[in-house]
Amino acid sequence: MRPAGRGPLESLYFHYPHFSARPVPELDGQTITHPVAIVGGGPVGMTAALALARYGIRSVLLDRKPTFNDGSRATCIARASYHIFEQIGAVAPFLAKSLGWRRGRSFFRGREIYRFDMPHSDDEKYLPMYNLQQQYLEQYLWDAVARSPLIDARWESEVSAIAEQPDGVRLRIETPLGAYPLTAQYVLAADGARSAVRGLLGLRLQGENYEGRYVIADVRMEHDYPTERRALFDPASNPGGTVLIHKQPDNIWRVDYQLRDGESAEAAVEEANIRARVGAILKDIGHDKPWELEWWSIYTANTLCLDDYTHGRTIFIGDSAHIVPIFGVRGLNNGLADAFNIGWKLGYVLGGQAGAGLLDSYTPERRGATLDVFANASKSARFMTPPTRGVALMRAAVLSLALRHDFVRRFVDPRLMVPYTYRETLGETARRRDSEFSGGAVAGSACVNAHLADGSYLLDHVGTGFAGLYFSDGAPLDPALAARLGALDPRFTLVTIAAPGAAAPAGAIADPHGTVSRRLAAGPGSFYLLRPDMHVAGRWRRLEATEVTDVLALALGRSQGRTG
Amino acid sequence: MTTMPFEDLERAYDDLAAAIDRVGPSGEALLLAKLALLLAQRLDGIATFRESLAVALEDLPVAG
Repeated sequence: MRPAGRGPLESLYFHYPHFSARPVPELDGQTITHPVAIVGGGPVGMTAALALARYGIRSVLLDRKPTFNDGSRATCIARASYHIFEQIGAVAPFLAKSLGWRRGRSFFRGREIYRFDMPHSDDEKYLPMYNLQQQYLEQYLWDAVARSPLIDARWESEVSAIAEQPDGVRLRIETPLGAYPLTAQYVLAADGARSAVRGLLGLRLQGENYEGRYVIADVRMEHDYPTERRALFDPASNPGGTVLIHKQPDNIWRVDYQLRDGESAEAAVEEANIRARVGAILKDIGHDKPWELEWWSIYTANTLCLDDYTHGRTIFIGDSAHIVPIFGVRGLNNGLADAFNIGWKLGYVLGGQAGAGLLDSYTPERRGATLDVFANASKSARFMTPPTRGVALMRAAVLSLALRHDFVRRFVDPRLMVPYTYRETLGETARRRDSEFSGGAVAGSACVNAHLADGSYLLDHVGTGFAGLYFSDGAPLDPALAARLGALDPRFTLVTIAAPGAAAPAGAIADPHGTVSRRLAAGPGSFYLLRPDMHVAGRWRRLEATEVTDVLALALGRSQGRTG
Repeated sequence: MTTMPFEDLERAYDDLAAAIDRVGPSGEALLLAKLALLLAQRLDGIATFRESLAVALEDLPVAG
């Protein structure tokens, strides 16, 4: 919502473009089977389209609106998402505009009780977290979408019917220029929390709703405070409630505050009440200069998801599949991870480089991530908005003790998003070999990065397909194995890392101080197999050639690897 | 596990009563919750805490 007198898209600082429906071949009666139709052109849908384009797959991107989502919505973008933006060729404008951060502070009745510093080191290419308004995020993704010859974006195009067919999905699309049928081999439903596709298929989200309600408001003001997460428990300006404050670019500040028990949602979102409550909070944090109200919304914490993210050839990504509490910044970040996960898999399947069975790993991996989020975010939500008198009393006890005692301060930690480890889809070999390591990047996890002697980062070198990190014992990798891996995945990239202190053979990465081998707990002859999303498919303390090809074949959705 | 001599337990009883009186009805629940967390933190594990909690719940009415 916006202040009286301003339209829904009249932002203080952002100009919303207008995109009209345009004539498409289907309106002339042509029948085209598109490889992929993506319903929903928000951040998740656009990321999926760009991920597919990375693997050479065309898509139609449909959105019912003529522009981006209104208001700021998601604002905290995690490191893993910046790696995704890099992989889909969109990271540069994000780095130029967003505000990176790694720290947070919590206050109880005005006194600091907790400080956190998210893990970070020189070996990381990106900061743990960045703040950026969602409309910029959509703009930057859109700029990349518009550059791609493989993405057919259609605005003002609403799905009104969906029918599964043996070899595809048939949609009905309504536009101001008329309605038409659209067929696609696969449909990605990225149409958000109130997904039309989900409704048309008669599917329902399952889970829990939480009691606590929050108002989310963006204001513009000149306010001097570092970019970090501020949480105020029981502040004078919101007695008994919680307040969260984040800095965003363009002097925009995000203020989230918990509603009081018995406060009606209708009254809470009235402009006069928003101004009074936000004004009191700003005074509380020492801002006594003018401020302008940009946008606000109301929010209730939920942990809801689909039982299966795949329904025939329709696959749900982002909020259409799962709704998670805001605490911990996992909504958008997990949606982007969904999009990239299905993007590379569908890219490989439609490109003929993987078996259709690869798609079966999408639900266990990404629903697994959702359930992990529920476990963490539910704890955060219960702490931020205690659902019962008992929880409220115990929280009060923790906050009171936290003024002076360390042992309870971890209760206050916001449990911010970390990438999920895909254990569900690992085979027996990958699990067994994984246990031979102590440290490094465990099988299934997002691979750790390392800063190299030439200034680049390890993960800059892994290419677009599967990759092998081979820790040389002096000799290059057996060319026959390299050829077999290349035959299984034509995009396969071999990265050879020289032994610490040894001269790097041609094409190998020098590791003079042993940084890379230490980060990955590797020794001479160790081997990591990475997936296109840079999660570890398997790792070997000492390379076992047949096992590596088998694990790669399994990760490609094929039954056995000794082909070619 | 060593048991507190009865004389000390009596002192604990009196100290706790005095502390409850000091904070009054509006603070007593918070005081007891803080105390329970502090004592819990000094235990080796959760088992003793859970046993004690189960004992404390005995013969108390369930809120309707």
